Amino acid sequence: MNSTAKIIIVLTLITVISGGVLAVLDTYTKPRIEAYQNQLKKEAVSEVLPDNVKVETLEKNNLTYYKATKNNKVVAYAFQVSGGGYQSELVVMVGVTADFSEIIAAKIISQVETPGLGTKIEKDPSNKEHPTWFMDQFKGLKINPAITYVKNAKPSKDTEVQAITGATISSAAIVDILNKQIKAAKAIIGE
Amino acid sequence: MKEKTAIQELIKGIWDENPVLVQLLGLCPTLAVTSSAENGLAMGLAATFVLLCSSFLVSMFRKMIPGQVRIAAYIVIIATFVTIADRFLAAFVPDISKSLGPFIPLIIVNCMILGRQEAFASKNGIGRSLLDAMGMGLGFTITLLVLSSIREILGSGTLFGMRVMWESFAEWGVMTQAPGAFITLGCLIAGANWINARRKA
Repeated sequence: MNSTAKIIIVLTLITVISGGVLAVLDTYTKPRIEAYQNQLKKEAVSEVLPDNVKVETLEKNNLTYYKATKNNKVVAYAFQVSGGGYQSELVVMVGVTADFSEIIAAKIISQVETPGLGTKIEKDPSNKEHPTWFMDQFKGLKINPAITYVKNAKPSKDTEVQAITGATISSAAIVDILNKQIKAAKAIIGE
Repeated sequence: MKEKTAIQELIKGIWDENPVLVQLLGLCPTLAVTSSAENGLAMGLAATFVLLCSSFLVSMFRKMIPGQVRIAAYIVIIATFVTIADRFLAAFVPDISKSLGPFIPLIIVNCMILGRQEAFASKNGIGRSLLDAMGMGLGFTITLLVLSSIREILGSGTLFGMRVMWESFAEWGVMTQAPGAFITLGCLIAGANWINARRKA
């Protein structure tokens, strides 16, 4: 067999076998990976909405949102917001009251910020009693006129949160994402 | 050089020819993912899996792969196993997969793995290649585990997520970031060289 033909045959065989193996593997792992992501989202939605509500998934203008109703009355909405943090994309699930005046709760779905600094927005190991204190500040926070943050001081207004020392950019990014995208979602959802 | 015994073939990767400390190969994942012991261990095991499977196949087909395209063939074989490892981690341990991020796919270009195919598996039988891959993988995993444990203990005061330092210990934030990786790795390599120099003397 001449060597050019051999090169072509061997490389083709290797790549075809490789492709086949990966295709088979994908059929096993794909459903699991998707199920996991859906479950994460579902958990996040129920965490940012009030208890004992009926949740409906809706879509409008490319925004997927979750409408929570209680006794046929809309009590809250939840939707996903995202934007750039210090070094990664921050994805946050947020629940707001039906009139878009108050955040019920917000939960980080994904972030890959600086380990030990920016990651404190999700979990702060230096605060042993309350490692999720940063995101918990958004519970019951008023949205209007705008959410603001303070550094090295306790928040004094009902629209204010305290930024994390050493992670001001990540903290500010969360505040900024919520400010802009809750308003954007309000314009879409609020018919 | 005298033929190595099976045991020597296996343990050379752990110290004498340690991929990280002596050969200085595969430093990108070594520096990037070792901010916690869990990540270091997972990266080490994933790389060992890829190395073992690739060495096995490369050694088995070493006479059939034409010399001109051997690197391309190795890369395809390595990439296949890396993708298997990546999808497997994402499906069964999503948390670790998330924190290792793009560094699992990047095992493809880990020069430790390609280096072992080129330097060893393509010239030796299956048995020896597996021993070599096992030893190198172990050496890589142990080094990453030591490096990441030091960084996690000093940088976060924890080991595998459990608090090990005293209450008032102030974490050295720099250890969780890139400079901490370079400093710790530098100290480890210096330490390994110091021990080797003393053993020779």
